[in-house]
Amino acid sequence: MNDKPKLPAPQVNPESKPFWDAASQGKFLIKRCTSCNEPHYFPRALCPFCFSDQTVWEESKGEGEIYSYSLMRKSAAGPYAIGYVTLDEGPSLLTNFVDCDLHTLKIGQRVKVVFKPTDGAPLPFFTPI
Amino acid sequence: MSIKGKAYIAGIFEHPTRKAPDKSIAQLHAEVAKGALEDAGLTKADVDGYFCAGDAPGGAMAMVDYLGLKVRHFDSTDTGGCSYLVHLGHAAEAIAAGKCSVALITLAGKPLTAAPPPRATGAEHDFEVAYNATTHNIYGTCAMRHMHDFGTTSEQLAWIKVAASHHAQYNPHAMLKDVVTVEDVLNSPMISDPLHRMDCCVVTDGGGALIVTTPEIAKGLKRPLVRLMGQGEAIKGPRGGKDLDLTYSAGVWSGPVAFAEAGVTVKDIKYASIYDSFTITVLMQLEDLGFCKKGEGGKFVADGNLISGVGKLPFNTDGGGLCSNHPVNRGGMTKIIEAVRQLRGEAHPKVQVPNCDIALAHGTGGLLGVRHAASTVIMERV
Repeated sequence: MNDKPKLPAPQVNPESKPFWDAASQGKFLIKRCTSCNEPHYFPRALCPFCFSDQTVWEESKGEGEIYSYSLMRKSAAGPYAIGYVTLDEGPSLLTNFVDCDLHTLKIGQRVKVVFKPTDGAPLPFFTPI
Repeated sequence: MSIKGKAYIAGIFEHPTRKAPDKSIAQLHAEVAKGALEDAGLTKADVDGYFCAGDAPGGAMAMVDYLGLKVRHFDSTDTGGCSYLVHLGHAAEAIAAGKCSVALITLAGKPLTAAPPPRATGAEHDFEVAYNATTHNIYGTCAMRHMHDFGTTSEQLAWIKVAASHHAQYNPHAMLKDVVTVEDVLNSPMISDPLHRMDCCVVTDGGGALIVTTPEIAKGLKRPLVRLMGQGEAIKGPRGGKDLDLTYSAGVWSGPVAFAEAGVTVKDIKYASIYDSFTITVLMQLEDLGFCKKGEGGKFVADGNLISGVGKLPFNTDGGGLCSNHPVNRGGMTKIIEAVRQLRGEAHPKVQVPNCDIALAHGTGGLLGVRHAASTVIMERV
């Protein structure tokens, strides 16, 4: 993705700022509710399951497996692969798969987080392990 | 309270244009409104309720003023392509509650000749926008997982396009009128795996409008009587990423609500308009609505089962979004219009379903593989 148009910098708001601050340190955070114990992503102040406000930040290993993907053959920025990763901690999230042969992606494949720079906080992407 | 039997679709109009560089979007809304009123045999002065979605320039306030309406009820719910199926239910509710008596619903736009506005985003913005989810690639992720979980094949998906093309050959306004084969679909360029170009709908300018009214007013008009039996609506998203399953849609919730309100089952449906943004959209919706079991959609759509006069469930007999029309990249309106044509007996004779007394129109809006809405409408000929 390095030769491609610049990635959009996250706009960042008070609810999401700890996530982006951690991303700048190379850490990938998810949220966990201390009331129902469910992890979630993207992070909310209130748990989307039990609506408790007792949610806490937790560092994820940033590893998981491809739930599904699709290789977009053409775009202004060239081909790219979009899909979902299911993190080992549980939550699934939307991402792009990068730094690999996009034609070899498979459902179930192990992947890990990699951060890519923007003009603001870096953005998480995933690459095969 | 139920809407069953309390509201009639008295007027329908689909703009014949598929490319409108010389018209404004507001003008297209006005033209389809006029067309639907003329179809019903009513005038603009009769309209006292107005429904529009995100395609209407400036929303309900600007459109009511532009069209020169005076209304006592309005609703600008926007849930993408299924907005108009939602509006139909909401209009019926408003009519049943006495909030209005003649409701106008419009859709129009020109994505072919003018760039559509960007997709609205919510709290997920920073966590998703950079990954460039488009309809093609995110519906591709649904198809990919459906194939993985159930063994669905590209050949099976192709049958949906083949069926649509068989219908489109009889529609003089269809953008694509050529009958295609499974091989044609498989040989068309891969757009976003596993979806080929012919798995994707057309992009067209145009629009459509509906007039919904009370039983009393409808019975005083000269058009065949079509009334609402039931409507359901639902929203599904990743919801924090728990138990993600891209192989089903919000249709699993909107469908049962509509069927329960209508008091009928899938066996009673003689014709189905199913939003066909992509072939996979149709396959998943058929499963979600219960026309077949989850995972068996591929088998269900194969071998012409959706072709009128050939298969068990005639669908999208105007050629649908895959071949005929997809105004503003929002397919809900044209789905309702063709279902009403079928109930009136006004579909093309080559695709008219005999004794079509109960029909279903269903669609999704937003991005099927991310967050989306669905709405199901069941209608009957009186």
